[in-house]
Amino acid sequence: MTAPGTLERPPLISISLISAAALGYEILLMRLFSIIQWHHFAYMIISLALLGYGASGTFIALARPWLLARFSGVYRINLALFGLSAVACTLAAQQLPLNVEEILWDWHQALYLFAVYLLLALPFLFAANAVALTLTRYRRAIAHVYAVDLLGAGLGSLGIVLLLFLVFPGTALKLLGALGLLASLVAARELHGSHARWQAGPLLAALLLLALPAEWLAPQPSPYKSLNQTLRIGGTRIIEQHSSPLGLVSVVESPQVPLRHAPGLSLHSSAPLPAQLGVFTDADGMTAINHNPQRQALAYLDDLTSALPYYLAEPQRVLVLGAGAGADVQQALNHGVPHIDAVELNPQLIALVREEHAEWAGQLYDHPAVRIHAGEARGFVRRSQETWGLVQIALLDAFGASSSGLHALNESYLYTVEALQDYLARVAPGGYLAISRWIKLPPRDTLKLMATAVRALQASGITAPGERLVLIRGWQTSTLLVKNGVFSADEIARLQAFCRTRAFDTAWFPGMPADLANRVNVFARPWFYQAAAALTGARGAAFIERYKFDIAPATDDRPYFFHFFKWDVLPEILALRGQGGLPLLEAGYLVLMATLLQALVLSLVLILLPLLTLRGDRDGQASMVRPARVVLYFFAIGLAFLFVEIAFIQKFILFLHHPLYAVAIVLTAFLLFAGVGSAWTARRNARPRLVRLATVGAVSGIALFGLLYLLLLDPVFAALMHLPVVIRILVAIALIAPLAFFMGMPFPLGLARIAAERPALVPWAWGINGCASVLSAVLATLLAIQFGFSAVIIAALVLYALAALVMH
Amino acid sequence: MRKPARIISFMVCTTCLLAGAMAGDDDPFAEARQDMIREIEADVRRTSLQLDTEALDPRVMQALATVPRHALVPGSLQDVAYENRPLPIGHGQTISQPYIVAIMTDLLKMTPADKVLEVGTGSGYQAAILAELVDRVYTIEIIEALGQQARAGLEALGYENITVRIGDGYYGWQEQAPFDAIVVTAAASHIPPPLIEQLKNGGRMIVPVGSRFMVQQLVLVEKDLQGEVVTRQILPVRFVPLTGTH
Repeated sequence: MTAPGTLERPPLISISLISAAALGYEILLMRLFSIIQWHHFAYMIISLALLGYGASGTFIALARPWLLARFSGVYRINLALFGLSAVACTLAAQQLPLNVEEILWDWHQALYLFAVYLLLALPFLFAANAVALTLTRYRRAIAHVYAVDLLGAGLGSLGIVLLLFLVFPGTALKLLGALGLLASLVAARELHGSHARWQAGPLLAALLLLALPAEWLAPQPSPYKSLNQTLRIGGTRIIEQHSSPLGLVSVVESPQVPLRHAPGLSLHSSAPLPAQLGVFTDADGMTAINHNPQRQALAYLDDLTSALPYYLAEPQRVLVLGAGAGADVQQALNHGVPHIDAVELNPQLIALVREEHAEWAGQLYDHPAVRIHAGEARGFVRRSQETWGLVQIALLDAFGASSSGLHALNESYLYTVEALQDYLARVAPGGYLAISRWIKLPPRDTLKLMATAVRALQASGITAPGERLVLIRGWQTSTLLVKNGVFSADEIARLQAFCRTRAFDTAWFPGMPADLANRVNVFARPWFYQAAAALTGARGAAFIERYKFDIAPATDDRPYFFHFFKWDVLPEILALRGQGGLPLLEAGYLVLMATLLQALVLSLVLILLPLLTLRGDRDGQASMVRPARVVLYFFAIGLAFLFVEIAFIQKFILFLHHPLYAVAIVLTAFLLFAGVGSAWTARRNARPRLVRLATVGAVSGIALFGLLYLLLLDPVFAALMHLPVVIRILVAIALIAPLAFFMGMPFPLGLARIAAERPALVPWAWGINGCASVLSAVLATLLAIQFGFSAVIIAALVLYALAALVMH
Repeated sequence: MRKPARIISFMVCTTCLLAGAMAGDDDPFAEARQDMIREIEADVRRTSLQLDTEALDPRVMQALATVPRHALVPGSLQDVAYENRPLPIGHGQTISQPYIVAIMTDLLKMTPADKVLEVGTGSGYQAAILAELVDRVYTIEIIEALGQQARAGLEALGYENITVRIGDGYYGWQEQAPFDAIVVTAAASHIPPPLIEQLKNGGRMIVPVGSRFMVQQLVLVEKDLQGEVVTRQILPVRFVPLTGTH
């Protein structure tokens, strides 16, 4: 055993390394499982795997004396095991034939799912063991240990985003594995307690990991994802892949059987489809790069509902939001538009059209009429001072994902009331905003969009929104036009002619007679017309209330355009499950609920288990620190920390205007400054009275800044929106710093007090905090869907106040 | 999930019982197939409003009671072949749940002299059902291994009125056009206009839309005697999104 004197300094460097690796691994897993499965299942799997943090608390609480007696070895072994298991468990989890969709019929799938949870929880368990053991062993250095844990995590979150720009996810996986082994080597030095052979093992393992062939580690998408479906066709092959934190982009060629991607194409279309290259993001959601080296007009694009605005007017300036592979840009070129601005979020997609396949695409994005902008659509519009005759929002999401509710959990700032107001502000007088959506049965998002447009127009002072809206639909897609002005009789006549020749239906135009509805693409009832008539009239609110799906407009505070689930309807749908009723369920929301329930049950087990051993614990009998208080305190701050973090990430997305950069910067800033806050408590946790004072101070600070931001962020953001991105990033960091600084304090303060009075509870408190963090992420989304992100922040402030009371 | 047989057994139609008897005692799956038929009938009654019918065409039900579904699914899934659920058949493909196959087939309103085109052979089960009902079935599968497998399976079952072709179904089967009915089970980003052209006046085409495991809606394309095309979008489940009067 190592001499006690050498243990005075905790192994801070290796702690920061393992925390960085573990947070990097968490983000990487999300990336990997979004490629293998679908985003919402990835979310569920990783949430559950993160209970490895909670499990580490339970494990150490149960075996504390034994583990502490062997601290140095156990610590280093856990670091090394993280490195090995991060790679091995990820690979093993991929070998299981998991198909979550089949779980409804096949009980084996539940077993596979559980096995995946267990496998992926292991790396987190090992990483968390290392941190929790160190917190337990170095009771007087808790503030510093927790500080470097947070600092490491902050650097890890930034590091993984940068790394994912440079390498494929499989390579990132082995680098993270090697980082775990490196942490083990560093730990050996920090603890001065190892023989050379101890160091040779991890070194050798790290070298072996790094030597693993990349193809062994590449994620294998489910056979039911559309990329794999397409690759079944003879002659198809992936010709190139690009990876970034925004997604894995695969380009597919199909020389034998044309890909023919033209969703929403009129049944009457006789236009030939050009040869295409398929572009898949995360093995799903195909878009296509059209073969058009001669820059000809592609007539098929005129046989889509989205072509409508070009048949009502001749816009001279068009803005395409979500340009993707360029179909909507080409549509504008078909009509000779002399000035087209196109905005696309993913620079890799732009590069495909502009560089790798420029010749194939006829230099589409370098066409003299086209200006392509890499960036986020909403931010582009908000920062712009120009106006356009047509603002066209393309069908950005794939039908499959959209129709089964897979996007329910995704925040989207593209289709909120405020977003539509932003777009309309940039539409020239007499011009249009055009938004195309998939037709779903029963109708959902088209109606929600209509409701959102009505609300946006009303918010801009328009008293008769129905006069500024038209809605048409084919059997597959719908297009809504919002005009900056009132539709004329001539426009209506052109609209009807456009629909007639293409077998599209008019679902709404000002003054539309009811008997014109539901003629060519017939539903059991004229649902779209009825809904449009109600939404544009006085009965809009009652209609939304009574409709069986949630079609209330999304707002920036509740940015869940894709959430349609209503609890009232659940019994009815469940009763229909055997009769084809299951597709009516919005999968995303139910997966979220399933995640919450599973996490609750497992957390309960993990938290209660250590209580069995605490009965024999004598050292705490005289202490004020009772288990119930420990649970309350650490559960409350565990929930609250992530509530604040998640809610502010969302608020800052609207300011920084890039989901990825906002998440990376906000998360890193939160973790780094919380780390500073934790370190600051180091001298204030010696006596219980000081701890109580510091806790009240920290909670007051959090409440002050939380409330201040709740009131002031929106106007501050609006005032600073025009600043360059670097300045906005600095502003964001400056705003986060004080709040995060205070948020970093309650955990180490509470833990230091426990360590002083009842040390046996330290790992337990760590575990409770770990479980609460998992539940927090899920609860934050559920709360935000129902009540909005402001409510999430208020809930967090209440929880912090509760924690302060418990400490008193 | 299987419903208790006692609740619905009294509703069994005679044609199905006859078909079951014809299958003979040596068919170990005969009982499972009968259970499947009863379940489909009960589901159809519950969804009668949406489907606009109280019961499916007895000939369709007889076809379902005759075709040995277990012989067209992978061996490991034979035991569950008659459960009312979709099944994976390899190559990332699935075979629809029998209830959906039944209503899709019924919606085509076929007569014995009809000629039918199917795009997306898959397991061959839908083709076999069609072959029980019409004169000739032409079916196209783009995945070669799947096409070979279905062809062999259908030959082994003795279906002589089915022709399987391996290839691209987008342009239909020009030599045999026009067709009285067309089934498009292979997912395409849109309904191929050439297929509409190969539909006879007065013919019907059915297209299931959804994921591999769940059909969300059925699109029925009807071409009237003048050649005008109308699509009907059918929710294969008893569900009305609007409540009360609006």
